Amino acid sequence: MSALFEKLAASLEFPFVQYALIVGMLIALCSSLFGVTLVLKRFSFIGDGLSHVAFGAMAIATVLKFTNEMPLVLLLTIICAILLLRTGQNTRIRGDAAVAMISVGALALGYLLMNIFPTSGNLSGDVCSTLFGAFSILTLSQTEVWLSVGLSLLVVGLFVFFYHKIFAVTFDENFARATGVNAGAYNLLIAVIIAVIIVLAMNLVGSLLISALVIFPALSAMRVYKSFLSVTVCSAVVSVVCAVLGMLAAIVADTPVGSTIVAVDIAVFLIFVLAGKLKK
Amino acid sequence: MALLTCEHVSLGYEGTPIVRDLNFSVEAGDYLCIVGENGSGKSTLMKTILGLTPPLEGRIATGDGLRQTEIGYLPQQTPVQRDFPASVREIVLSGCQNRMGLRPFYGKAEKALAEENIRRMGLETLADRCYRELSGGQQQRVLLARALCATRRILLLDEPVAGLDPRVTAEMYRLIDDLNKKDGITIIMISHDLSAALQYADKVLHIGHTVFFGAKEAYLKSEALSGLTKEAAE
Repeated sequence: MSALFEKLAASLEFPFVQYALIVGMLIALCSSLFGVTLVLKRFSFIGDGLSHVAFGAMAIATVLKFTNEMPLVLLLTIICAILLLRTGQNTRIRGDAAVAMISVGALALGYLLMNIFPTSGNLSGDVCSTLFGAFSILTLSQTEVWLSVGLSLLVVGLFVFFYHKIFAVTFDENFARATGVNAGAYNLLIAVIIAVIIVLAMNLVGSLLISALVIFPALSAMRVYKSFLSVTVCSAVVSVVCAVLGMLAAIVADTPVGSTIVAVDIAVFLIFVLAGKLKK
Repeated sequence: MALLTCEHVSLGYEGTPIVRDLNFSVEAGDYLCIVGENGSGKSTLMKTILGLTPPLEGRIATGDGLRQTEIGYLPQQTPVQRDFPASVREIVLSGCQNRMGLRPFYGKAEKALAEENIRRMGLETLADRCYRELSGGQQQRVLLARALCATRRILLLDEPVAGLDPRVTAEMYRLIDDLNKKDGITIIMISHDLSAALQYADKVLHIGHTVFFGAKEAYLKSEALSGLTKEAAE
């Protein structure tokens, strides 16, 4: 046991581990804030689709040998988020079919590109780390750290500033529009923020596991708490705590960071389900 | 001047009109009931009055200093709301959005208004309860309190008693009638329930194959009514 703590203490002295913890906590915070809105607006499928788009974008950035991949990935994902939101509103094209098309297409083309233009000898390793995160959070460059911190703080700031409007639009879009809230603009804002969160979270848990990071804390909180504010605060706390525990466990046990965090999220969800049952 | 004037309005989906050349006006203090067969365009008319969908032709204008965003609206419930984690107070407060502009947080005035309407709807003991745990009638009262936060003058009610049992339905109608008679709030109500419409309303708008707009007494003698009751009998 004490050997484990020594290993942990030794790891925590490295600056890259400290950065990873800070960035990881901020990403977990942002992703959980919009989880409730995503789940309730039935937007979770868009989040899932966008994470695959981000994978495709990452493949393009890798093939083009960008030193800093994030801006390109961010741009492409935001464009797709806006496109998906538009098709979702158009009743003549089925929204979920469009999502499936774009997401699977991006996944396939991304993998194809990486195979045709391999940039390193370890192709399957590259693909695996993009899909499941692996250890990318520990290998962030200085620029990526600051970009992540800045974007996370921006997302949290926007959420706090528009909190009541997001609530109104999520709870009852027609009523909000009838009373003069520009619901279309807020839906667009939510879609763009989801895209930002997905690109951020890709570094932490990889593109396949992002939805878990967004959805599990919200669903856990909804099991126990009854008001929007308490659900939001609870899911933020749950998400940050799970991310920290997951990262520490991954460092100690040498497991992949992303899947360890999601495992902790699942465990906490089960505890909350039980707590919700007992409360009744 | 009328609170709401509807001139030569045609309504419909994707360019195909269902209702043509609709004309009516709503004066302050009116209790107007909109009736008609399913698919006759009642809900579309309501959305047009709220400014959610533009009319195909004609125009709907608000008057007497009423802004379109100051119309209180009681929508039919959506599936999203049934499992939404929100307290009664949070939902009622969200009715104050139309006075917020870009201001991010509610001030004292909004909170006082919300509390006032929570009391008015008899929800004091439920204010901190979760919306999804309330009964159907209680949920309707919460949404009515929210609508009252958005307006002091005119309420638009879309099937306010859908899915409620007879006792709660009667309570709901009494509550709406009180708002009209005691507080002088103008009511526009869409309803399937013709008997209640004819009991409480003082004006009727019938849309469908025949269009009628006028006082209730005239409606009782009109052809539009016999058309609707005949259809109900079949």
